[in-house]
Amino acid sequence: MADAPILLREQQYYEIKAVLARLRLDSSARLVFLIDKDGQQIAVQGDVGNLDTTSLASLAAGNVAATGGIAELLGEKEFPTLSHEGERESIHISVIGRLLLVVVFDERSSLGLVKLRSKQIARQLADLFEEVTRGDYDDLESTFSQITDEDIDSLFS
Amino acid sequence: MTFINYASREINCKIVYYGPGLCGKTTNLQHIFDSTAPQAKGKLISLATETDRTLFFDFMPLELGTVRGFKTRFHLYTVPGQVFYDASRKLILKGVDGVVFVADSQEERMDANIESLYNLEENLRAQGYDLIKLPYVLQLNKRDLPNIIPVEELKAELSRKGEPVVEAVASSGAGVFDTLKAVAKQVLTELRRS
Repeated sequence: MADAPILLREQQYYEIKAVLARLRLDSSARLVFLIDKDGQQIAVQGDVGNLDTTSLASLAAGNVAATGGIAELLGEKEFPTLSHEGERESIHISVIGRLLLVVVFDERSSLGLVKLRSKQIARQLADLFEEVTRGDYDDLESTFSQITDEDIDSLFS
Repeated sequence: MTFINYASREINCKIVYYGPGLCGKTTNLQHIFDSTAPQAKGKLISLATETDRTLFFDFMPLELGTVRGFKTRFHLYTVPGQVFYDASRKLILKGVDGVVFVADSQEERMDANIESLYNLEENLRAQGYDLIKLPYVLQLNKRDLPNIIPVEELKAELSRKGEPVVEAVASSGAGVFDTLKAVAKQVLTELRRS
């Protein structure tokens, strides 16, 4: 069967958002994302505008997965950070366990600063997410055990 | 894996379309993309070669509606079908909630179907999954072509566990949404059970 679902509760979500907001400020970044290695977006902080954040999350995870595959071929466990620098916009990705911390920044910041600040909050994010994955499934049981076949069919009507 | 966000009231699930090269995986996604209202979908991302063969994956997010107050979003992925892209296929299966195997019904593609299905089972095992326990649909695609194998014969060879089998012509859209519905239903039923 598939892996157990991840449940992100409201309080945990806002705690994570607060950490991302702090990182965004401290690193003068445009956007900060937390996604999981499967490409699911967990939280985002910053000026999203028209950016397709769902696609960005999926592609960032694909990028990390591909470079992780290369690392393995080279006998490395993984490459813990990835950076891509463009003419105006740049991106820095840190691998924190099963999380990916993605920072999008422009000329108002620098790769060195983003790397430093990302490293400084990595532990905190890892601890917060560990709580998320340790969560019990009572809520899940009460909310989703009531899903009926009609509920599911109605999605396709 | 299914990701449930209580703050944004969203359920996110991952469905992967698997199958041999040129069986119609991308065509399935393209049809879903073309037939869905703009507000229900994101971009269709295709990481393809210059000749439009899938290089890494295709991806599109699809919002189906609300269940028990939660928006249900399905992240649809295809894998590259060509044999030598196996490393990429393995990566894309990570965190999968449901699989669609798109079989090519043409006689000359039978061996490719068998090889790809074997490869799916092997790659799932490598990620710690068991096809028998995973939400799964077998789609028999290209039913409009002249040189196709009868449905019963394909089922006998490719069916693994009494999974839903859907006949399809992905290029015209026939069977595409039936396939998606069959796998989505199993994923949500699994969530109910968990």
